[in-house]
Amino acid sequence: MSKFTKVLILIAGLSLAACTDAGRFDNEAPGSGAGVGTGAGTGIIEGSANDPKSPLYFQQAIGDRVLFNVDQHTLDPEAKVTLDGQASWLASNSDYNAVIEGHADEQGTREYNLALGARRANAVREYLMSKGLPASRMKTVSYGKEKPLAVCSEESCYRQNRRAVTVLQAGLNS
Amino acid sequence: MSLRWIVFCLALLGALAPALRASAQDGPLRIEITEGVQEPMSYAVASFIPEGAAATQLAADISRVVTEDLDGTGLFASIPQAAFISSVTSFSSPIEFADWKAINARALITGAVSVAGESVTVKFRVWDVFSGEELGEGLQFAGTTAGWRRMAHKVADTVYERITGEGGYFDSRVVYVSEDGPKDARKKRLAIMDYDGANVQYLTDSRNIVLAPRFSPNGDRVLYTSFESGFPRIYVLDVANVGRRVLESEDGTMSFAPRFSPDSSKVLFSLEAGGNTDLYLMDIASGAKTRLTSAPSIETAPSYSPDGSRIVFESDRTGTRQLYVMPASGGEAVRISQGQGNYGTPVWSPRGDLIAFTKQSKGRFHIGVMKTDGSAERLLTASFLEEGPTWSPNGRVIMFTRETQGAQGKSSLYTVDITGRNLKQVRTPGGASDPSWSPLQK
Repeated sequence: MSKFTKVLILIAGLSLAACTDAGRFDNEAPGSGAGVGTGAGTGIIEGSANDPKSPLYFQQAIGDRVLFNVDQHTLDPEAKVTLDGQASWLASNSDYNAVIEGHADEQGTREYNLALGARRANAVREYLMSKGLPASRMKTVSYGKEKPLAVCSEESCYRQNRRAVTVLQAGLNS
Repeated sequence: MSLRWIVFCLALLGALAPALRASAQDGPLRIEITEGVQEPMSYAVASFIPEGAAATQLAADISRVVTEDLDGTGLFASIPQAAFISSVTSFSSPIEFADWKAINARALITGAVSVAGESVTVKFRVWDVFSGEELGEGLQFAGTTAGWRRMAHKVADTVYERITGEGGYFDSRVVYVSEDGPKDARKKRLAIMDYDGANVQYLTDSRNIVLAPRFSPNGDRVLYTSFESGFPRIYVLDVANVGRRVLESEDGTMSFAPRFSPDSSKVLFSLEAGGNTDLYLMDIASGAKTRLTSAPSIETAPSYSPDGSRIVFESDRTGTRQLYVMPASGGEAVRISQGQGNYGTPVWSPRGDLIAFTKQSKGRFHIGVMKTDGSAERLLTASFLEEGPTWSPNGRVIMFTRETQGAQGKSSLYTVDITGRNLKQVRTPGGASDPSWSPLQK
């Protein structure tokens, strides 16, 4: 068993109470120990993107980010679907907290983009709160235009950079 | 004569400047910087005379830097030494004005350099060639050999001041963000250099993103924003010993875009909480915060008027980014930017007469200036991306960041004068952004 899985088991007991919406992940309840990851013949590899309890699953299957239009911080329907998934996952995996990182594309001044990124991160935070996630499990930070993902100076890149990314943090103090 | 004593004399000259200006206007050797397009003034620097073999190299270096400073303004054009008819062989020998007039040198600078151990003395005179008279009196500066560039800059500042009637900007420094690495993994660290890119020193390492350093009004400290804690926080750094401390660290908030008040006792900055960014003022000694704006819009990039009575800032309260002026204590803000597009990063000129800004319009960025009521807007530059103007100590030149387009995009520092002429890149060892220009050094 990998080191990572051991950590999950160790903290699983603490997460039972928060596990109100585990139905999305058709899997054994957290804390059943033997069930975590081995997948009972389903071919699920622990910690991989098809392990619904893994951060990789959160990043890839649910989607850890939502995108925004130029100068905007409103969430479109697609973003809300993603965030619904994030809210469910975080509800079932209360051993993780979230840092929501807001970003902007390069078309703006440094200071304004920091403030704009904060708006975007906060829009995600408020949406997740509206879905029942406690504020105490989330922090926000803005990187403005300091951390672009895509480096071209065209809309195809800018669109990827105007984002809010929900970064999981393992923590027991939730 | 000690450097300190000379500086004291210069300070007195500054106080008497209005009187000097009036008398200087009567003389023939004069550049009126406020005029429109003009030819640079032709002048000559007679290579400074080394008094003793130990001074040979420094005399040549100082002559060169004085020339670079003056030529760099775009207001002066030096005549190459190959064209000289006369040579100056001794600091006290009479000037053959006819020889300098013949090559059309309107001004002549003569000087001498002596070295004793670590000490160096520079003396110089400025001559009005066409009237055959000295402009002002001979002056000398003493300092250390390691600080020779500063002495060259002080000579050039004096020449600039005597000929233009306005203070110079050469003996000054710039704190900025040094950038290395590709766009998606950029390493940033604070650096400080002379205004011309010489003597670069690094003030932080590149482990954490650092942004937008700002000099204190007397140049001894720098405010900047760092992600060291994982969140943007404002730090204050002592330039002399590079000691630093965090100023503002309320949990769950971001603080950024700091500026010192003109009396250095307070910091004006943006604080973000719950997604909303407003302007605050913090007393540095007590840490007490006062909220200056309270709106659901973004208020950021504040800058004081030189007298400390007003604040110009950027806000998107109308849906686009515009510039506003309000009293320093907060209260009603008046929109001053009126054109199409988005305006940001306003900075009040040290002369108090203009506000420099970044403008984003039709897919281009510009650095511009406007009067403090928003009238007489003038765009000085245009490119794919530029921002963050900072003023030279005399309010005549603006330095800013320009970033090139595309995956290989890189940031550099540029200067332009407030007429839009003399656009030049500042030499830096690597990428560079977010400059802040110091006052003239003491």
